[in-house]
Amino acid sequence: MAANNFRHALFCAFITLIISYPIIGFNLEAQGINVTLTGADASTIVMVLLAALIVFLFQMFREQIMGGLKSIPHPLPQSNKEPMAENRRAKIESWVLTGIVIFALFWPFLVSRGSVDLATLVLIYIMLALGLNVVVGLAGLLDLGYVAFYAVGAYTFALLSQYTGISFWLALPIGALLAALFGLVLGFPVLRLRGDYLAIVTLGFGEIIRILLNNWTTLTGGPNGIGGIPDPTLFGMEFGRRVKEEGNTSFHETFGIAYSGEHKVIFLYLIALVLAVFTALVIRRFMRMPVGRAWEALREDEIAARSLGLSRTAVKLSAFTIGAFFAGFAGTVFASKQGFISPESFVFLESAIILAIVVLGGMGSQIGVVLAAIAVTILPELAREFSEYRMLIFGAAMVLMMVWRPQGLMPMRRIHIELKRQE
Amino acid sequence: MLEVQNLSMRFGGLLAVDEVSLDVQEHEIVSIIGPNGAGKTTVFNCMSGFYKPTGGKILFEGREVQGKPDYKISRLGMVRTFQHVRLFSQMTVVENLLVAQHRHLNTNLISGLIKTPSYRTKEQKSLDRAAYWLDRVGLLDLANREAGNLAYGQQRRLEIARCMVTEPKLLMLDEPAAGLNPAETKELNQLIVSLKEDYNVSVVLIEHDMSLVMDISDRINVINQGRPLASGTPEEIRQNDDVIKAYLGEA
Repeated sequence: MAANNFRHALFCAFITLIISYPIIGFNLEAQGINVTLTGADASTIVMVLLAALIVFLFQMFREQIMGGLKSIPHPLPQSNKEPMAENRRAKIESWVLTGIVIFALFWPFLVSRGSVDLATLVLIYIMLALGLNVVVGLAGLLDLGYVAFYAVGAYTFALLSQYTGISFWLALPIGALLAALFGLVLGFPVLRLRGDYLAIVTLGFGEIIRILLNNWTTLTGGPNGIGGIPDPTLFGMEFGRRVKEEGNTSFHETFGIAYSGEHKVIFLYLIALVLAVFTALVIRRFMRMPVGRAWEALREDEIAARSLGLSRTAVKLSAFTIGAFFAGFAGTVFASKQGFISPESFVFLESAIILAIVVLGGMGSQIGVVLAAIAVTILPELAREFSEYRMLIFGAAMVLMMVWRPQGLMPMRRIHIELKRQE
Repeated sequence: MLEVQNLSMRFGGLLAVDEVSLDVQEHEIVSIIGPNGAGKTTVFNCMSGFYKPTGGKILFEGREVQGKPDYKISRLGMVRTFQHVRLFSQMTVVENLLVAQHRHLNTNLISGLIKTPSYRTKEQKSLDRAAYWLDRVGLLDLANREAGNLAYGQQRRLEIARCMVTEPKLLMLDEPAAGLNPAETKELNQLIVSLKEDYNVSVVLIEHDMSLVMDISDRINVINQGRPLASGTPEEIRQNDDVIKAYLGEA
C-alpha cells in the first residue's frame, strides 16, 4: 500500500514537472526580428520544483488530508438538526425572500455606480442560470450551447434597433420569443439524443450560432459587432443628457433634477431586478405545475414516464423552449446594458460558466442557483488582483466544492403537499 | 378487450417470441407464466409499445395498437408496471402519483401560471385521487417521503397505485410479487383481486409465484422458449403434461 502510494505520488510530481516546466520555465523573447528561447531564472525553477514537491506531498498523504477535510465541521451546522415544521419554514422563507427583494430595490441608491453595474450583470446571470436550471437541473438535459439563446436575444434587439429603430420594451418580448423559437427548432433534431451525445450536439449548435454571427458580416457586422443599441426608456423618457429620438423627453428635465449618468445605470438595474424576479416566480410556478413535474419525471426515469403516457418529445421540447425564452430575456437586457455587442460575448466559456452556476448552486434549486450566480460573478471581480489566476482559482473552488458538497450550495427541497384522507 | 394474434419478435438472429396469441376479456385476470427467458417480458414490451413487434397483431378494444408509441398506448388505457420497480425516486410519493395524472390535467401553461379556477379544480381533483389511492395501498402517511426511500414492498405498491391513478382499463403487472415476503404477497393478492372486483380493471400478470398465479388467475398462458405451450384455467394448466415437463425438465 505504502509503496503503491509512493509510486503514485512520484508519478504525479513528475507529471507536474513536465507540464509546468516547459510552460513557465522557458521564455520566448523577441530580439529584433528573431525570437530566442531563454531559460527562466533560478527563482522560477525553484518555484516549479516546489510545486512538484507540494503535489508529491499531497498525493503521498492524500488519505490523511482528505480525512482532515472531512473532520472540518459541516458548513451548515444545523444540517443535522430536526427540520422545522414545513409550513413554518415556508412562511419564514417567503418573508426572507420578500425582504431581500425589497432591500435589492433600495440598494442601488446607497452604493457606487460601479457596484450597481456589476449587480446588473449578476442579475443577468441569475436570469440565465434560472433558465438553464430548467433544462439541466429539472429536465436533466445537459445543454452546453445555452449561450446561443442568450445571443439570439441580444442580437434580436441589436439588429431590430439598428434596422427598424425598435425600442427596448418592444424588443424584450420579441427577443425572448425568438430565442424560444430557436430553442424549439434546435430542440427538434437533438432531443432524441441523450446524455453525452446531447451535450456534444448542443455544444455544436451553440458554436454554429456564434460563428454565424461572426461571419455574416453584411447583416451582423461580424466581429465588429453592433453598437449604438438604445437604452431603455421610462414611459418615453430617455436617460441620456440629450434626447435622441423625436417625441421623447428626458428623465432629468421632466423631473427638474440635474443630469446624472447614474440614473440610467440604476434604471437598468431595476429593470433587470424586476425581470429576474419575474423569471424566478414564473419558473417556480412551472415547477409546481404538471409540466414541471413531467420534466423531473423524465429526468428520473424516462421509460417509466413514457409508460404513464408522457410524450418524451413534448416534455423535453417544453423544457428547452422555456429555458431558451428566459435566455432571450437576459440577452435583451445585456444588449441594452452594454450598448454594444459582438460575438465575443457569446463564447463557449459563457455556457460553461452558466452551467457551473447551476451545478454549484444545486441542480433544480432556485435559491441555490441565485446564490451561486452572485458568488460566481462577484468573486472574480473581487479577485481582480490575481487576474491571471482567476480561472485557476475558479477551477480549484469548483473541485473543492464537488469534494465537500457535491449536491451544491443549497440542494433542491421537495415541496410538501398536504393531503386529506378520502372517504 | 385485448387480443394478441400470432405475435412475433425477432432480435437479429434470435426469435424471442414466436407466434404467441392470447386474449383478455373484460373483468378478467390472465397470467403469463413460463421459465426464465421464455419471452414473457418481451411480450409485455410489445404490448406496451416499447418494442415494435416484427409480426402479428395486437388489438385493444378492436383497434390495432402494435407499433404505436408507448405513451399513446398508455393513454388508451393499457398501463404497465416493471419487473424492476421504476419509480421517480427523487420525487415524493404524491408527486409520483401526480405525474401519472399528467394526461388528466394537461392544461395549458398560462392557465396554470395564473391559477385559473378550472386549473385549481383539476389540481385538487388529482390530489384527491392521489390521496384516495395512497390510502388504498396504505401509503398515505408516507405521502411526502421521497419515493426512493420507501421499503421495497411499499415501492411495489406505489407503482401499482401510480398505474391506477391513470384510470386504466387494462393493467399489466410484470412480476409484482418479486422480492416480496409471504405476508406482502398475500396483501398483493388481495389488492389485485380487488382491482378487478371493485374497479373493473382487467389484469395481465407475469409471475413466478405459482401460489399467487393459481389463486387469482382466471386463465393462464404458458410460454416456453418464445412459443406458446398451453393455455387454460389454472386447473387445466396444473394437470398439463407439457407444462410439467417444461417446468421440471424432461424426466
